[in-house]
Amino acid sequence: MKKKKREIGAVFIHIFLLAGVMIVAFPFIWMILSSLKSISDFYNFSFLPKKIDWSGYQYIFQETEFLRWYWNSIVVAVTVTISCLIFNSLVGYVLAKHRFPGAKIVFILILSTLMIPTEMLVIPWYVMGSDFGWVDTYWGIMFPGLIEAFGIFLMRQFMLGVPDDILDAARIDGMGEFKIWWRIALPQVKPALSALGIITFLGNWNAYLWPVIITATDNMRTLPVGISLFSTADAGGIKWNLIMCMSTMAVIPMIIVFLFFQKRIVEGIAMTGVKG
Amino acid sequence: MTNVSSNRQPMKLQTRRTLTAYTFLIVPLLFFISIRIFPTLYAFSLSFMTQDHTSGTIDNYKQLLQDPVFWKSVLNTGLYVIVTVPLQMALGLIIALGIQRVRHFRWFYRMIYFLPYITSIVAVSWVWRLMYDQNTGVFNQILTWLHIPPQGFLGDPNESLLSVSAVMIWQAMGFSMLIFMAGLEAVPKHFYEAAQIDGASKWKMFWKITFPLLNPTIVFLAVTGVIQSLQSFTQIQNLTGGSAANAGGPLNSTLSIVVYMYKNAFTDFNMEYASAITVVLFIIILLVTLIQLRILNKSYEY
Repeated sequence: MKKKKREIGAVFIHIFLLAGVMIVAFPFIWMILSSLKSISDFYNFSFLPKKIDWSGYQYIFQETEFLRWYWNSIVVAVTVTISCLIFNSLVGYVLAKHRFPGAKIVFILILSTLMIPTEMLVIPWYVMGSDFGWVDTYWGIMFPGLIEAFGIFLMRQFMLGVPDDILDAARIDGMGEFKIWWRIALPQVKPALSALGIITFLGNWNAYLWPVIITATDNMRTLPVGISLFSTADAGGIKWNLIMCMSTMAVIPMIIVFLFFQKRIVEGIAMTGVKG
Repeated sequence: MTNVSSNRQPMKLQTRRTLTAYTFLIVPLLFFISIRIFPTLYAFSLSFMTQDHTSGTIDNYKQLLQDPVFWKSVLNTGLYVIVTVPLQMALGLIIALGIQRVRHFRWFYRMIYFLPYITSIVAVSWVWRLMYDQNTGVFNQILTWLHIPPQGFLGDPNESLLSVSAVMIWQAMGFSMLIFMAGLEAVPKHFYEAAQIDGASKWKMFWKITFPLLNPTIVFLAVTGVIQSLQSFTQIQNLTGGSAANAGGPLNSTLSIVVYMYKNAFTDFNMEYASAITVVLFIIILLVTLIQLRILNKSYEY
């Protein structure tokens, strides 16, 4: 009797969750459907494409810099992620495992920068970038993110958990400090590294405010900036089918990657959220 | 630190260790000083300068106080916080509780609800913009089928802020769900068993056990949510900006502090005035952070 009641309850929860799933997933379905419509389907409303039209995809690959934006985003996100993994973990390791005069000041100095909103820094960065000729370069897009205080804090938290014994053992064996960090400490915090890598990559892949400021020509845009400016630039009405092709091509590969690494990504984001 | 102590060696070792530490830290330290600290000071000093940089002034702040558009952007930003943060947290909690109750398809639900969070804000903002479109959008089409008059959505100053907020909630609620799921996992099972023996109802168990134990999670999500929505920019820029329309429109009804800053700095190139705006934003965020530290210290004492 009681079991039956619980089963009925579960059915209701499933119905409720499925209804939510449909609402949450609808924009993605609509995006894909719209990318296959021809432009006339937008002005005479039709739910499904009247005839499946792939020409939008052909157009964005051949007539726009779309692939170039893709490439730019990959270059920027991968480079910044690698830089963050190396530097953040190195600094986190030193702060967690070395005692030296000034350690506390260094830690506070780095941590205090977490309170500065990016919005406040973009103007000085832009002035700096113009002075040094970094506008419209990869370096210009990347330099503000190469080392990151939150990542340092996160890595320090995890490095604290690495036992001193194994580090000392390595020292007694005559291993250099750099090698100890690389060969002994880093393998101990692999889950934290993968979490940090994921959030850094996602953040840079989706970044918009800074790349829109520092890039100036069409072929230096990152993917979000390229899509945004392509969509707003056209005075002769919004080309919805092309924009939806671009959005689909930007979103679907991310979703596929997410499906493959779902467990790791979800756990990584939860981990950084909870530890931070 | 090894404590094998001959007289001179530990001293030497300590110096060497210090040197090693600073060798590792030198590049990051220079980075933080030149890319974070110095620009912060520069932003402050810029906000106290005239546009030709010939003299110091507090005119930027005076102008700010009298600028109705700025105050509108502050008001709107406050509205974004009030509308999005509680809703995205409540929805995230409800979904997390739902998923916790079911045995099958958990990974599927978690995956779908979390998807919006990892997808590009720009790309999905344009999808929403298409759906919101007054003439060709799917929402108005559905309303017509239901015999409800079509709405203006992003085009109507009374509805635009809520329309933008809906997109923000849609994207952020998956994150809340995820963090709440982790929080719920951490609640010890025997608490519920004990309560069940005492004959407590489900409702009572939620309010007396689950909710108080989720307190740190709630504070964390509230603070990160507030700070994030104080910085609202990308959605607004992409949902409302364009060649025919000004970002933040119609009639500044969706204008946030950051959108207004961007407009001043990079459309009108008044970097000094824009810096003053960012200083105000900085102070607001600082206050929120301080309040957070206060509450956090309290809430862990259960």
